[in-house]
Amino acid sequence: MELRINQKTYQVDADADTPLLWVIRDDLGMTGTKYGCGLAQCGACSVLVDGNVVRSCVTPVAGVVGREVTTIEAIEHDEVGKRVVSTWVEHQVAQCGYCQSGQVMAATALLKHNPKPSDEQIEAAMINLCRCGTYNAIHAAVHDLAKGEA
Amino acid sequence: MNMPVDSMEDLFKRPLADPINLSRRRFLTGTAIGALVLGFGLPLGSTRVQAAAGGGAVERGTQVPAFLEIRPDNTVYLRCPFMEGGQGTFTAMAQIVGEELDVDPASFVVEAAPPGEAYVVMDNGMRITGGSMSVRMSYPTMRRLGALARAMMLQAGAQRLGVPVSELSTEPGKVIHAKSGRSVAYGELAERAMDLPVPDPASVQLRDPSQFRWIGKPVKRLDAYDKSTGKAMYSIDLKVDGMLHAAVQHAPRLGMTVGSLRNEEQVKAMRGVHSVHRLPGAVAVVAERWWHARRAVEAIQVDWQEPTADSKVRPMPADFSSDAYLKRLATEKGPVRDDETEGDVAKALASAKTRIEATYNNQYLNHAQLEPPSALARFNGDGSLDVWLPNQAPDMFRADIAKRTGLDPSRITLHSPLLGGFFGRHFLYDSASPYPQAIELAKAVGRPVKLIWSREEEFVRDALRPVAAVNFRGALDNDGWPVAIEAISATEGPTEAIAGKQGEKLDPTALEGLSGKSYAIPNKRIAQIYVKGPAMLGYWRSVGNSLNDFFYESFLDELADKGGKDPFELRLRLLRDNKRLTTLLQAVGELSGGWKRGPFTAEDGSKRARGVAMASPFGTQTAVIAEVSIENGQVKVHDIWQAIDPGSIVNPAIVEAQVNGAVALGLSQTLVEEAVWVDGKPRARNYDLYPILPPARMARVHVRVIESGEKMGGVGEPPLPAVAPAVANAVAALTGQRVRSMPLSRHSFT
Repeated sequence: MELRINQKTYQVDADADTPLLWVIRDDLGMTGTKYGCGLAQCGACSVLVDGNVVRSCVTPVAGVVGREVTTIEAIEHDEVGKRVVSTWVEHQVAQCGYCQSGQVMAATALLKHNPKPSDEQIEAAMINLCRCGTYNAIHAAVHDLAKGEA
Repeated sequence: MNMPVDSMEDLFKRPLADPINLSRRRFLTGTAIGALVLGFGLPLGSTRVQAAAGGGAVERGTQVPAFLEIRPDNTVYLRCPFMEGGQGTFTAMAQIVGEELDVDPASFVVEAAPPGEAYVVMDNGMRITGGSMSVRMSYPTMRRLGALARAMMLQAGAQRLGVPVSELSTEPGKVIHAKSGRSVAYGELAERAMDLPVPDPASVQLRDPSQFRWIGKPVKRLDAYDKSTGKAMYSIDLKVDGMLHAAVQHAPRLGMTVGSLRNEEQVKAMRGVHSVHRLPGAVAVVAERWWHARRAVEAIQVDWQEPTADSKVRPMPADFSSDAYLKRLATEKGPVRDDETEGDVAKALASAKTRIEATYNNQYLNHAQLEPPSALARFNGDGSLDVWLPNQAPDMFRADIAKRTGLDPSRITLHSPLLGGFFGRHFLYDSASPYPQAIELAKAVGRPVKLIWSREEEFVRDALRPVAAVNFRGALDNDGWPVAIEAISATEGPTEAIAGKQGEKLDPTALEGLSGKSYAIPNKRIAQIYVKGPAMLGYWRSVGNSLNDFFYESFLDELADKGGKDPFELRLRLLRDNKRLTTLLQAVGELSGGWKRGPFTAEDGSKRARGVAMASPFGTQTAVIAEVSIENGQVKVHDIWQAIDPGSIVNPAIVEAQVNGAVALGLSQTLVEEAVWVDGKPRARNYDLYPILPPARMARVHVRVIESGEKMGGVGEPPLPAVAPAVANAVAALTGQRVRSMPLSRHSFT
């Protein structure tokens, strides 16, 4: 099947129900999108599909045919994504970093839909798990982005 | 579209220019395989190593070329003795070495060093990443390493410029000859410098701390950008040419063995399957893609066999229940072995007018680091072996692999990629790591194999945070002040659990946090009843303190309440001869806007209260105040104020981040987290049934770092233990309900 990922076209030979995550990681060799739980619980595998954040570990690859997938590898090609990354660095958000690809994707999706989210809207959108406990830094970074201070 | 990352250069996006110093080239021609450059042994014939050795034993952390390469572009490549798993040690080491070498830490590229004597830099003669020891145990040695390298740069500069060393100085990244106004960049001197003998370690002078540019400053993490863009590579991300993927299905209970596979032929015929394998306590599928391997291995119908008497692992009984086990621990009678005693507890208890008793317990926990364990194993043409795996102790892992494979350690190249969280997960726990399986599979299929444990297979084999039931007795004097405290813990500590038996001395990791308290209570007794349990146990961030401070500091509040004392005032009184802890406690009070216990009504109309607790883990002192309310019958933690005194620190921004992280994990175990076992199996094998703290349950965190100048303590773990008791004490103040077990989600509140 034909996939559009990061504005490139790929031919992929995979079963229709293969999770998008494993096609991205193993077939296409892009490892920035992480496996954490495989059950859409943690959000480490978050990618954008047509601009919406989805959990690629439970998204059958057939479901994204004809859609535009964005992974962390291309996030800086997006104007909002680039701001998110630089704010993440400015706030020194990452600790182990394993969940942060997903966090950056979730923040980018939020801000693309709603450039000025309230704190409540940030809390409602930023629900990915982080075992290092970077939640306050994540919130502060998105808060700054929402206020246009980043 | 494969992206082979068969070299560490690719992995870490290092500049492509060849490093210029000779030692590096010697390493490359030594034992390195293919494009891999890690895992070399130091070339013993090297003049510089001999010089450093002075003909005898090499002094710790002096083999400069083993640690440092300075490249033509003036970047500095540091092989770090410690693993980076989020705690910021790569950045801290760049600050420490850079300060003395006179290079901006931002110019450093840091990777984990391979196993080997050269990297055993800790004061205690070890090389592990744990116990919050990396910085505090290597600080003077790593500073001296930087100073030795600087001295070599100066020497090389003197040769290059044809002037005496005494006329030279350095500025960041260069040697300066002030008299002639000339300077030479380190990158230009590196080749010459690294071929010089390492100077006598006693000959170098360290920088006056008042002149520090980077130590003590909030230097930016070196890995922040790569970790915000998906570029950082973890074990799970690695790939080598010709690699196959593997997944396993573990026996439902440890110790069970593989019987017949009822549908082996069907599974072999599944898409992408290369082969099906029987392993000790597991079946495996090797496939072209991990998803194929996983789907196939989960389809295998295995007739698991009960453990035999000669089982090499700790067999999990079919009737094990964690709840029943905790009840049993609470009634264990002995034998009792004393750890810490002072005065005469029995007499004080007998003669006191007011006595109280209480029994506490905690829960098992998973590490639940976000990166599931994996291992990549490759046998090379010459029979040598490369293994990439998450680990906190490379020498121990290499020794274990040598034992398992019969290979000489020199034939094993161990790679230690970034850790996607660890919290104690990646020490050497028998049966809890995928690398023995990966090695066996790679050998069987004759190709490199990367094995990833699914989250479910991880949760069933993780080494758990231990449990204890502690029986407390306390006595008050006629004025209501504590005069005696006794804590008898029925438990198995992680260290004795790994050893499989109790040692001659008590396991300090079983009792830390009950023992080692500084309160002036004249009669005390801290003791253990050793109970060997069926669960595999491991170290979990802050280890024994993670449970024991919850017990002790909660019971201390019970004593305060019984005597009609305010818990903050009681602690101040019991610490009145201890200036460091008095200062610390007052600092956290101040940070919170002045101690107030409540209950009080907050601005939003909610009824709230505060609790206080202290801990002394890993050479550091901490004090925490928590503010809570009750929402829908559950505890909401609004704010955590924490004062932390690690003596002195290297990076205040990283310390603050570590406090945040430790508070999150502390809240997680306090509020929601527990590994419950029923019928010998974990009830939860993923985050759906094993909740870890979600963002919505995080508290605001306020940090004050106090540098008392006392001996340097740890940072990664110490901010955790006082969180749970501060919250429990706040809950008691608010609701009148004293909670004597974690997590609080087991209780309901009004």
